[in-house]
Amino acid sequence: MAETNGHSQANGQHVVGTRTVRPDGVDKVTGRARFGADFNLAGQLIGRVLRSPHPHARIVSIDTSKAEALPGVKAVITRADFADQPSEFIPAGEMMMNYKDVVRNVMAREKVLYEGHAVAAVAATSTAIARRALKLIEVQYETLPHVIDVVEAMRPDAPLLHDDLFTVGVEPKPEKPSNIAKRVEIKQGDVEAGFKTADIIVEREFKTAPVHQGYIEPHAALATFSEDGSTELWTTTQGHYIVRAHCARLLGLDIGKVRVTATEIGGGFGGKTVVYLEPLAIALSRKAKRPVKMVMSREEVFKASGPTSGATVRVKLGATKSGKFVAAFAELKYQAGAFQGSPVQPGTMCAYAPYDIEHVHVIGYDVVSNRPKVAAYRAPGAPISEYAVESVVDEIAKKLDIDPIDLRMQNAAHEGTKAAYGPKFGPIGLEETLNAIRKTEHWNAPLRKWQGRGVASGFWFNIGGETCVSLTVNEDGTVSLMAGTPDIGGLRASLAAVAADELGVPYDKVRPIIGDTGSLGFNFLTGGSRSAFSGSMAIVEAAKQIKADLCARAGKLWEAKPDQVEFSEGHVRPLGALAEKVKPMSVADFAKVAGKTGGPIGGVGRINAQGAGPSFGTHLVDLEVDPETGRTTILRYTVAQDAGRALHPAYVEGQYQGGAVQGIGWALNEEYVYGADGKLQNAGFLDYRMPVASDVPMIDAILVEVANPKHPYGVRGVGETPIVPPLGAIANAMEAATGIRFTELPMSPPKVLKALKDKGLSKV
Amino acid sequence: MAKHHIEAKVNGDPVEFLCETEDTLLDVLRDTLSLTGSKEGCSSGDCGACSVILDGRLVCSCLVLGCEVGGRSVETIEGMAKGETLHPLQKRFLEAAALQCGICTPGFLVASRALLEKTTNPTEHEVRYWLAGNLCRCTGYDKIVTAVMDTAAAMRKG
Amino acid sequence: MRYEAPESVEGAVALLAGAKGEARVLAGGTDLLVQMRADVVDPELIVDIKKIAETRAVTEEKGGWRIGAAVTGAELKEHPRLKQVWPGLVEAANLIGSTQVQGRATLGGNLCNGSPAADSVPALIAAGAVATLAGPKGKRDLPVEDVMLGPRKLALTKGEIIVSFLLPPRPARSSDAYLRFIPRTEMDIAVVGAGVSLTLDGGGTITAARVSLGAVAARVLLVQEAAQAIIGSRLDKPAQDRLEAAARAACRPIDDKRGTTEFRIDVAAVLTRRAALIALDRARTS
Repeated sequence: MAETNGHSQANGQHVVGTRTVRPDGVDKVTGRARFGADFNLAGQLIGRVLRSPHPHARIVSIDTSKAEALPGVKAVITRADFADQPSEFIPAGEMMMNYKDVVRNVMAREKVLYEGHAVAAVAATSTAIARRALKLIEVQYETLPHVIDVVEAMRPDAPLLHDDLFTVGVEPKPEKPSNIAKRVEIKQGDVEAGFKTADIIVEREFKTAPVHQGYIEPHAALATFSEDGSTELWTTTQGHYIVRAHCARLLGLDIGKVRVTATEIGGGFGGKTVVYLEPLAIALSRKAKRPVKMVMSREEVFKASGPTSGATVRVKLGATKSGKFVAAFAELKYQAGAFQGSPVQPGTMCAYAPYDIEHVHVIGYDVVSNRPKVAAYRAPGAPISEYAVESVVDEIAKKLDIDPIDLRMQNAAHEGTKAAYGPKFGPIGLEETLNAIRKTEHWNAPLRKWQGRGVASGFWFNIGGETCVSLTVNEDGTVSLMAGTPDIGGLRASLAAVAADELGVPYDKVRPIIGDTGSLGFNFLTGGSRSAFSGSMAIVEAAKQIKADLCARAGKLWEAKPDQVEFSEGHVRPLGALAEKVKPMSVADFAKVAGKTGGPIGGVGRINAQGAGPSFGTHLVDLEVDPETGRTTILRYTVAQDAGRALHPAYVEGQYQGGAVQGIGWALNEEYVYGADGKLQNAGFLDYRMPVASDVPMIDAILVEVANPKHPYGVRGVGETPIVPPLGAIANAMEAATGIRFTELPMSPPKVLKALKDKGLSKV
Repeated sequence: MAKHHIEAKVNGDPVEFLCETEDTLLDVLRDTLSLTGSKEGCSSGDCGACSVILDGRLVCSCLVLGCEVGGRSVETIEGMAKGETLHPLQKRFLEAAALQCGICTPGFLVASRALLEKTTNPTEHEVRYWLAGNLCRCTGYDKIVTAVMDTAAAMRKG
Repeated sequence: MRYEAPESVEGAVALLAGAKGEARVLAGGTDLLVQMRADVVDPELIVDIKKIAETRAVTEEKGGWRIGAAVTGAELKEHPRLKQVWPGLVEAANLIGSTQVQGRATLGGNLCNGSPAADSVPALIAAGAVATLAGPKGKRDLPVEDVMLGPRKLALTKGEIIVSFLLPPRPARSSDAYLRFIPRTEMDIAVVGAGVSLTLDGGGTITAARVSLGAVAARVLLVQEAAQAIIGSRLDKPAQDRLEAAARAACRPIDDKRGTTEFRIDVAAVLTRRAALIALDRARTS
């Protein structure tokens, strides 16, 4: 059987690359789509969590008796309801976590380690009763000194969070525990020697504050536990198989007895790759013998989910006077929150990844502190380190009087470059994005006083991973597609397009759904910009099986040999002389005779997707500063990013635009504000200031496509890179507008005005 | 304390429900009337995901008590389409990919509908400021604003 | 939790005066409901005043305007005449929160929430508005600047509600403006708020002025010195400098998550000057 790699329809048309309407769209615009908190079961109880008011304290005792006695309360759980877990590291999105920490984050054991840390939970017949029950739980705390800031936490005399945490990655092995969980390092060449050959060296220290992913939908879970030890769970998550694994582990259940449905998800950005409510809901349901529904309030989301690290980053970059980068050093100190596991490792790897530099040395420290355990936030770690590097690159461009795009082009990583963190790049699109920006009208548009323009590039590796997709041909020729990675923003449209082109079936005859964990083999979570990349790869596999099957069926029907049939453009076609005897048969034709020709028609792609291609992006931003108030207005924004191949251009553009605006918020106004008492002062959307529609202009998105040779369609993941360049681009634009290099984020008005005044630049 | 017995109109249909004093209109819509299209993002009036139209006025349903709507008319996302015919805004949002995760979409559609019923030719500035009370974290607002303006243009053509 | 919606002022007063536990007035609910949900307040009684006709009316009175305490910002904006006479007040009321919030928020609620950062209050004070209160002892009038004594502290006694506000008659060549500083473009609580109202003579000289600053002290300030600084001038540069200095001197702000002391003082000066220039421009063309 010969098969052409026909990624096109019967009439030669491709759906891939066109702007189709997403198949799940109507439910989303009518309010019918069901997100986490939209699910209900008859007889359900409402669960709520009691949370620590202290940033750091020993739990002396917990007395739940009064709460248990309150009429309407059906179950109360504490640390006593969770078996301790031995230390074991497992992947969590693109980071690693330790089950010993997970069980403690889900429910505090010996200590509470941040304000908001879960201490107990109740299930009651109404929200009002549940809230009253929480007030009846008596917890005795022995408060301890706390530490928030990463540099403070690294001091030898800092309050210690874990007395069994010994820094990994330093020699000799430390004898005393500390808050420094880990030291990581990447090295290439000899930076000391490299710096000696530099004509110019710029060294700067930068500071960023913790920020939250800011998804609009709070965490929600609904669990029902049966007497035979099986449980069903509906949860808003980026990875329902991961949730299943965690819950099975934490509750001592067989994985096969835990069935998790990923509801529609109202944003995640990495923050919904871990568990918070799910194990609690199951444990409560088990105790109460009724379904339990739990939803976080917005305050709980801020205080008790997983914002990203605040950090201190020192960068030292050396270049020749012609602009060649010769040596690059950086030291990153990232907060992990209450338990180890900040994204300092990827931050370390990404810092200099856009550049081809002979001598590179980056050191990173993972540091615990008394704030919520960090979770992934879109390209975790990279926005922070690349903000610092791109700022210094810009400073070098100014000092050498070299155009900032030319400087980046001169040093840009390209195919064959060996990245300091290990691999050699295949074909990549950084130079293409730089050129695309340079060609825009934006790049040359005139600017006025107090307006500035900044450019920055960024990178994220992207991942593949375990993926399972099933394609089923129904009796009427329609195709049911079941994927296992929650759709956070248009995935079903892209996958349906691929399936349509693979099988030569009209797009609207493909019905994609996200299956629950009982319906498909293991799928790693939606993260790492992997879902379209891996899902489409798995569909190609599944389609291959179907095509081979249909060719075999045709062989029997037509009494033909394998080399007389081939699948192309949606049909099994007779070749050679056979073509005069029989007509081609479409997938729909076979569907009608499926039973007679062997049974149901379908395929399952089960892969561990390899060959993820990195995505590079370059951002260009114009802004204006009001010198009398320090307020910054974003005037214009352009994104150019390499998608490899855009399966659905509008949803790829959407990723670019969304990431850019998250970056605008992070650069200008978003930050966790702690009081001296270690408590969060802005746990709401009023004072945690994310961009609103009037804060930003249109975001022009340029799709660059440098095909990834390792993917059948050339796809690269695109979801994460967009948040990497904005911090640097905006900081660079601020420098251009004010002459001041801001080394601390966010660049909020009080800071900007003060800096202007200190330099005598403001008349105020 | 006995619950309040409230009669109101929701999406043109008469409804009757019981609620406690502290139940918001959002609680009533979602938990009592099973209209889960309006979403709870913050319960403090800062995100707009719960937007509804109350007696012709765009409001956050988390900022209205259930017992305040006796005799009043509430329009939610569920009432925006007419039978199988989507509202032009709903249609345009789909065509323009003006949604990604979709959690903010009901709020944006209700708010945009209220805008276009007031102004047939809003400028980009006016659209952005009118919608400033609706948070979106996925799209960066670009395609939403374009979709609203394109719909306004299409509706002006009639 | 009881909910009552009386249809008369006397009914509301009687309910509040007779309340045994914590009682709260409900107008727009944009502060009360948030505080209830956050467990900051747990009232036993909620008195909804929106069914009381006097709180919902906007009428001309003695050459001025009487605005009911429960008229929403959106309704003020839609009133055909009000924004021509008092553009600053109308724009201030329509800066509170979002479009959705403006659909419910009221002048009475904004004032009685007792936040020195309230957006409509500096504009009300600059306008010279007088609040009409009703209580168990009867009615009384109180200039708005005397209503808020401190954060969450009002001059109202038990059982008293604000029924309406009276804006004075507007001489020719008068106008007002309100500006606030927020880090974003919408949605934030004012870090500084400045309301300026002024009247010009035929030659363009300022003959009367009122300046009010919000979010820079424990209460919203009526800054007499700032008004004195510009009365008799045409708001030339020296007058603007005097105005800014007076604004600075009046500030007693706090350092908090929304702004530092230094920042608030600096921006108060800038916004007062900018608001005065806008009011001047409007007054010239009014």
